[in-house]
Amino acid sequence: MNKKSLVSIGKGGLLDRRSFLLSGLAITAAAPLSSLASEKNIASDLPIWMKTPGASPSEYGQPAKYENHIKRHKAPDTPQTQLFSVWHSPIENQPGIITPNGLHFTVNHNGVPNIDPAQHELKIHGLVNNPIKFSMQSLLRYPMVSPIHFLECAGNTAPNAVSLTALDQSCQELSGQVSGAQYSGVPLKYLLQEAGVTAGGKWVIAEGADGGSHARSIPLEKLMDDAFIALYQNGERLRPEQGYPMRLFVPGWEGNANVKWLHRLEVTDQPAFTKDESGLYSDILSDGKIQRFSFHMDVKSVITQPSGKMMLPEQKGFYEIAGLAWSGYGKIKMVEVSVDGGDSWVQAHLHGPVLSKALTRFSIPWQWDGKERVIMSRATDEHGRVQPTRSVWRDKYASYSFNHYNAIQAWSVSSSGRVENYYA
Amino acid sequence: MRSWLALVLLLSSGAFSNSLYDNLTIQLATPLLEKEIKPFEITIFPNGKNLPTGQGSVLQGKTLYKNQCLMCHGEQGIEGPAARLAGSDGWFSFFDPLRVLRIDKYPILLISVGGLWPHATSIFDYIRRAMPHYAPKSLSDNDSYALTAYVLYLNEIIDKDVVLDKNTIMQVTMPGLERSVLAWPDDIIKEQTKN
Repeated sequence: MNKKSLVSIGKGGLLDRRSFLLSGLAITAAAPLSSLASEKNIASDLPIWMKTPGASPSEYGQPAKYENHIKRHKAPDTPQTQLFSVWHSPIENQPGIITPNGLHFTVNHNGVPNIDPAQHELKIHGLVNNPIKFSMQSLLRYPMVSPIHFLECAGNTAPNAVSLTALDQSCQELSGQVSGAQYSGVPLKYLLQEAGVTAGGKWVIAEGADGGSHARSIPLEKLMDDAFIALYQNGERLRPEQGYPMRLFVPGWEGNANVKWLHRLEVTDQPAFTKDESGLYSDILSDGKIQRFSFHMDVKSVITQPSGKMMLPEQKGFYEIAGLAWSGYGKIKMVEVSVDGGDSWVQAHLHGPVLSKALTRFSIPWQWDGKERVIMSRATDEHGRVQPTRSVWRDKYASYSFNHYNAIQAWSVSSSGRVENYYA
Repeated sequence: MRSWLALVLLLSSGAFSNSLYDNLTIQLATPLLEKEIKPFEITIFPNGKNLPTGQGSVLQGKTLYKNQCLMCHGEQGIEGPAARLAGSDGWFSFFDPLRVLRIDKYPILLISVGGLWPHATSIFDYIRRAMPHYAPKSLSDNDSYALTAYVLYLNEIIDKDVVLDKNTIMQVTMPGLERSVLAWPDDIIKEQTKN
């Protein structure tokens, strides 16, 4: 291989992707085959799983036992009970844009209800010409859409929003309240058109059938645009933790507004100012004003490889920097990466598919020189929205406001290869 | 009986407007009767819509609070671990001897019901639909008025002798109201996201 042919396009060893692919560094030579003596059977030098019959598959497949350390974790620093709980997705172990259903993040304000679908109905009433209800059976007969979207809690990455010092946390701990999935469900507009919204209808109060009857006020405009009743997630019916038998899905909007266990939509002329839109999911601005109904999750990205608490196995050499980017306003247009604390930036490669309001994977090859580095990513979406620096974000909000944090994430890489959360 | 195959022409719009089914109504729903929806209409609106009859005093609320709420919300409504009920929002008081420990352990407790919530009707609504956490919907309308009164009293928003009902609750002004700004509808956001 010829390392000299690699074209360095940024400070700190970021490489041009095309020159990297042409250089031969990416190609591994095959090992020579060893010869076998004629009297031996071929099994003798082979691993045990090549000379024993395999096991029978099960009805519902499980991950390999060697991967059972990849799990959701409860959020650190958050008061949790059995009823109020916040579980983070291990996104640094997710190379693609889809999160496995069992690892999808979940936040529950009053536990996970056990709902019998045969007794569950979706009711639409309020400012409508025809108050109507749907059984699960009838809803499953409606035409469905199957878009891929991200879902992010408004409070994702809250530690970096409020902590005065950068806490030594992993990517999962800091930013694991985001996941990606393909959902299948029925566009809300079909159902609302059937109910016939009357002239004064502007808002819809969406309510879940959980113990706490979680409710959010959603603008009618959003429901008539790209919202849908999600019935399936990644090819199977929703898990109970994701709202079985149905949830409201409002693409690009904060997780809390995607009401799980949905059973009632009340069309109104005003928002209800429910518990969560009155308190926990409002933002306190730097001038003391309380901002409500900030639904969109803004453009954001995070380098997942390498990321917090990881140890780079060798103290210099080739690594691929990779991560995830997303925007609640549309498609990701560009992700730039810096390995010198933001002094210089190089555009990373976006992996397809690049979808609207969906996780988008980016990567860039990196020849680490073994010196202390600060690596970071900065995403821009199709509307030109760019991730702010932490200090720009902080200036907008009161010191204790933690929702909708989308500032540039920096990781420091020490000369020993230890990766840590860092405020650039 | 409605024809389940009836197809009605409709205006097409929105993200799914290329769909084959865009101009159709499918009509597989069944009519929802007034008596069927009544038990589910529990949302209390800021204009007082759906407030029930009944009443409750601060004193009655204090007793209920001690028995059913204190173990999660604390004596003063600020100790947690459940959401902070009283005081201004923001960092804990500088006079709080456990301030540093509280902030470190419970960052969510930086925001308070009394400091942030813009409408007293929302407090009644949430208590009645979801509290106490371990037995949601177990409180009567009278209990819910009484506990709303006690939470307001803890915040020094109403006096000790106030009795709350569907009329008096509408006279309460929450300090969070005049600080409120709405991000929706937001013409700036719409302008920025226009293609």
